[in-house]
Amino acid sequence: MNASRLCLATPDLARPPSDFFKELRQRVAAGARLVSFYGRPSDDPAEVVLTAVFDAADGLMVSRASILREHGFHSLTRDVPAFHIFERELFEQHGAKPHDHPWLKPVRYPAGGAARPSDYPFYKIEGKEVHEVAVGPIHAGVIEPGHFRFMCLGEIVHHLEIQLGYQHRGAEALLLRGSPLALAPLVETLAGDTSVAHAWAYCDALEALTDRPPDLATETWRGVGLELERIAMHLAGLSGMCADIAFMQGASTYGRLRTTAINTSMLLCGSRLGHGWIRPGGVRLGVDGRTVAALTSNLALIRRDIAIINRHFCQARSVGHRLRGVGVVSTGQALELGLVGMAARASGVEIDARTRLRGELGTQLPIQMVVETSGDCWARASLRIREIDESLAWLDAAIAGQTTPAAAPAQRGELAPDRLAISVQEGWRGEVVHCLETDAAGALRHYRVQDPSLRNWFGLALSVRSNEISDFPICNKSFDLSYCGNDL
Amino acid sequence: MFNALKVRLSQGSQYIPDLRDVTLVGFRGRPVIGEPPCEAGCQACRDVCPTAAIAGPEPRLDLGRCVFCNECVLACPDQKLHFGPDYRMASGTLDGLVVGPGKAEASPVAVSEALHRRFGRSLKLRSVSAGGCNGCELELNAVGNVNFDLGRYGIEFVASPRHADALVLSGPLTRNMNQALETGYAGIPEPKFIIAVGACAISGGLYADAPSVDRSFATRFTPSLYVPGCPPHPLTFVNGIMDLLGIRPPRGGA
Ligand code: SF4
Repeated sequence: MNASRLCLATPDLARPPSDFFKELRQRVAAGARLVSFYGRPSDDPAEVVLTAVFDAADGLMVSRASILREHGFHSLTRDVPAFHIFERELFEQHGAKPHDHPWLKPVRYPAGGAARPSDYPFYKIEGKEVHEVAVGPIHAGVIEPGHFRFMCLGEIVHHLEIQLGYQHRGAEALLLRGSPLALAPLVETLAGDTSVAHAWAYCDALEALTDRPPDLATETWRGVGLELERIAMHLAGLSGMCADIAFMQGASTYGRLRTTAINTSMLLCGSRLGHGWIRPGGVRLGVDGRTVAALTSNLALIRRDIAIINRHFCQARSVGHRLRGVGVVSTGQALELGLVGMAARASGVEIDARTRLRGELGTQLPIQMVVETSGDCWARASLRIREIDESLAWLDAAIAGQTTPAAAPAQRGELAPDRLAISVQEGWRGEVVHCLETDAAGALRHYRVQDPSLRNWFGLALSVRSNEISDFPICNKSFDLSYCGNDL
Repeated sequence: MFNALKVRLSQGSQYIPDLRDVTLVGFRGRPVIGEPPCEAGCQACRDVCPTAAIAGPEPRLDLGRCVFCNECVLACPDQKLHFGPDYRMASGTLDGLVVGPGKAEASPVAVSEALHRRFGRSLKLRSVSAGGCNGCELELNAVGNVNFDLGRYGIEFVASPRHADALVLSGPLTRNMNQALETGYAGIPEPKFIIAVGACAISGGLYADAPSVDRSFATRFTPSLYVPGCPPHPLTFVNGIMDLLGIRPPRGGA
């Protein structure tokens, strides 16, 4: 079954860990893509339960086992680098050590831990001519904080180390407080630029646990919210890239088109960032003849005007000069690192949950996946331009003949006991993964959130190697990653 | 060349002529609470509020906590409250953020003579996000875009605290940003002030009790302006600052 959500009875954990790790390697060898790998506390405090999620030929698959914290496990990162950030996270959260991990450093400095951002073990490059440049956590613009340290020889970056965790709020712990049916406002702020994708992933998993799947009209209106979010954030990213290369017409035009896109969201749900659009059980939209007419005409305006600025952007020599060949991530690197979303697709990796894991909505109203191959800043910019076009086309098809969605009924119902529900939504950056697990009484016992940024930050670090340090801002903007989404 | 002209032509003029007088369509802004007293003992709105923003029997809604999720509106059996499109919600005091029954008008931000004299014609802002989810940051960036163009009043974000007159704070204040926030604020030369943006910065919002949030900075320094929202609309921010500095009072205003 190819669907973006999976709900299964929590598998039996009584198996030798060695079998489990063998199975992980076998799945990877068989071509399955690692989607997530995480731990949760076990009933026995000496143990931690490991869960690996794969995107395999038949859809999402899960492997699980319980291991002794104290023993840890043999790291898989050297053989399968896509595990690297997951193993670091696992060690930080649960103390299960991935032995022989090549890069076992803090991720978020959670409460209760002794580690502090000030004593991060930076990689050192020795040499008389080598110098370091440290930037952040507070950056020049209005932007979230994080620390970048460049090891350079002259103007050339040999290595960039990205140290995050400054934004860590402890969101996953909060998700276990209060009613699991009422988490939407919190979920919408996990990464505030990806509110709709996170809210949808949450509702998807929750509706699997309450066994109340939404109807197609609801799914379609959720899709409208998601694609509007994608268009708006792609426009914001393009505007930012233009500002970084001093292509001011692009900066202002993409910027004001974004205003149109987010005001359209506001018209339907009251919030420019799509807060309140999606709730368990449905959508909460003010859709009537007037708003649908405004939606249609706003989309037509974006389509008309974006074609004009796109042409200018794509043909301007200064733009091509600043973006082509800069910040390259090869297809091989993207695959190895397990990059996701637009960063992966810009490097020729064909993954997009909307086409790969499509449920009924994706079958009825398919969307075209966009792939670029050059893996540079240019590819990441033109991918966003082309994705906006595809989203606009999809929205046209989706809105045509749509009826007014029923007001979201307050979601009721018990969560099924001893279940693990996993949902994957393709947000504008990439796949958003939510994994919710219930205990024997049907209470939420664990909530795992995964923003695509978690996996893609290392892609940014790789992209700037052997580039000039002055090209860092444009590389950074081209990846456009979330700090909060990473730090939670 | 022709491409540039075509862009110019399609762009037209995008700026909002009067930032004081805009009608927002669909915006979930300033709440309006009906006059007639509530059924004794009704807790419906309080029970669903994720940030404990509603208190008292009247009820009274604290914009400093509210994330505008609309749950209370849907929960109220008497449809006593709704969110209107008014974006004027900023206040110079925490008390000014509390909305009670029947009061449709925003309590105006008191003009600060001292701030007007110093910064009325040029105000440079340094933004620090300490756990802000990029919602507030996106909207703060938007105040400088071609639509809102706050730069027309000499109000701009700058790259260094050294160049700034005020700190614009967003996010619930994470423990891991504590030190950088202190250093950043210390780097702004006197005289300076603080603007707290969004429910998170004002009260901790949804993250008030989060395990890795440390609000000690907020207990030691008092903002001169609170800009509520999740995130605040750019116009809430813009009008709040203009009120505080006494720039172009709104039509019909003082
Ligand atoms: S809209 Fe504000 S006051 Fe009402 S429930 Fe949501 S957070 Fe609470």
